[in-house]
Amino acid sequence: MTTIHFDAVSHSYGDRRVLADINLTLTEHSIGIIGANGSGKSTLARMINGLVEPTSGTVTVDGVNVSRHGREVRKKVGFVFTDADTQIVMPTVAEDVAFSLRRSGLSKSEIADKVQATLRHMGLDEFPDHPAHLLSGGQKQMLALAAVLVRQPQIVIADEPTTLLDLRNARIISDMIQSLPQQVVVVTHQLDLLTSFDRIVVIDGGRVVYDAAPSHAIAFYRTLVDEGLRQS
Amino acid sequence: MSAATLGLYHPGSTAVHRMSAGSKLAAMLIAVVAIVLLRQWWQLAIAAGVVALCYAAARIPARVAWTQLRPLKYFIPVLVVLQLWLANWQTAVQICGTIVLAVSIAALVTLTTRVTAMLDALSTVLGPLRRVGVDPERIALLLAVTIRCIPLVAGIVTTVTEARKARGLGFSVVALGAPVVIRSLRAADTLGEALIARGADD
Repeated sequence: MTTIHFDAVSHSYGDRRVLADINLTLTEHSIGIIGANGSGKSTLARMINGLVEPTSGTVTVDGVNVSRHGREVRKKVGFVFTDADTQIVMPTVAEDVAFSLRRSGLSKSEIADKVQATLRHMGLDEFPDHPAHLLSGGQKQMLALAAVLVRQPQIVIADEPTTLLDLRNARIISDMIQSLPQQVVVVTHQLDLLTSFDRIVVIDGGRVVYDAAPSHAIAFYRTLVDEGLRQS
Repeated sequence: MSAATLGLYHPGSTAVHRMSAGSKLAAMLIAVVAIVLLRQWWQLAIAAGVVALCYAAARIPARVAWTQLRPLKYFIPVLVVLQLWLANWQTAVQICGTIVLAVSIAALVTLTTRVTAMLDALSTVLGPLRRVGVDPERIALLLAVTIRCIPLVAGIVTTVTEARKARGLGFSVVALGAPVVIRSLRAADTLGEALIARGADD
């Protein structure tokens, strides 16, 4: 597995500090990141492929500094966004997956083969010419994932990929992500989707407050939420 | 918003579909110039017949073809009345016929050509501009994103309109415009992030 390393990472949006002194080394296959809205978990996930740069500290992927070598790292790290609609660029399903390989240097036939194989793997091979924006929510998220996987990344980051989906589609997407051979880092509020993950990191107030196997980490997070509700 | 109203690709394997995007764009340019030069109504009628044959050869259903021309239904009658008032029926037929045929030809190209093929053709045509520092791929990407933003913004407008209706509010351009602009800017931010994440800046 790839090694993702956060070394004394902090981040602020203006005067608002969202992450403070994060030290983490992620080597497991499936890692969940949980925490309240605004806790800094999405910022943490975005730092892994350089969409957000730390205000201080360094993030490395297999020893490569993400801030200095963002393009190199992004070839290894795929990112699935919450709203697939904003990730889809091209008008049809096959064209959108092919868009990810546009600057890959592959020939048209190689791209077509890879696109076809990826669509088949994702169960979208019946819709290659279907308008992408007319797919169902679950299919759109599947397409967003296909567009990431066609680049064969070593790591897949997913920022709340099931938030906008119904339970069935959420399960399908979650199972698909977890079955990937790649290392996966998933930010989510849907705790039941994380029960078979290898490791869960709990973020609160921009800090890592718990880091353990799912059963312990989820129980800790529920206690944290309960305590917060009692105090409010 | 349907695929057809966006002028999207209509799948097929006809000879028209198989023609290269560059050939179709060149043919479109020549055909439109030729149509603009036509002066007699019967010449336009022959041209209309040829365009109709091309639609038939591409096996484009009449419903899809009509969807492409539908936006003209508000514009053409006004133009006809204006020409009848200012000129004569021959001029009205010539001007309106030319517009309808030009739009029909352009629509046939978009219906039978994938956007990626169009972008590839555009990149090739703009290739020589690399010497003066222009990146044709960037221009092609710009066009792809522009096309993509049409349903995205339309979706935002629909959501905001429905939210206003749900709250019992009437139509107001300002009240509609502000949330649409804010949400569009947010969507643009995310789209920008997605483009970076997907290697558009490789």
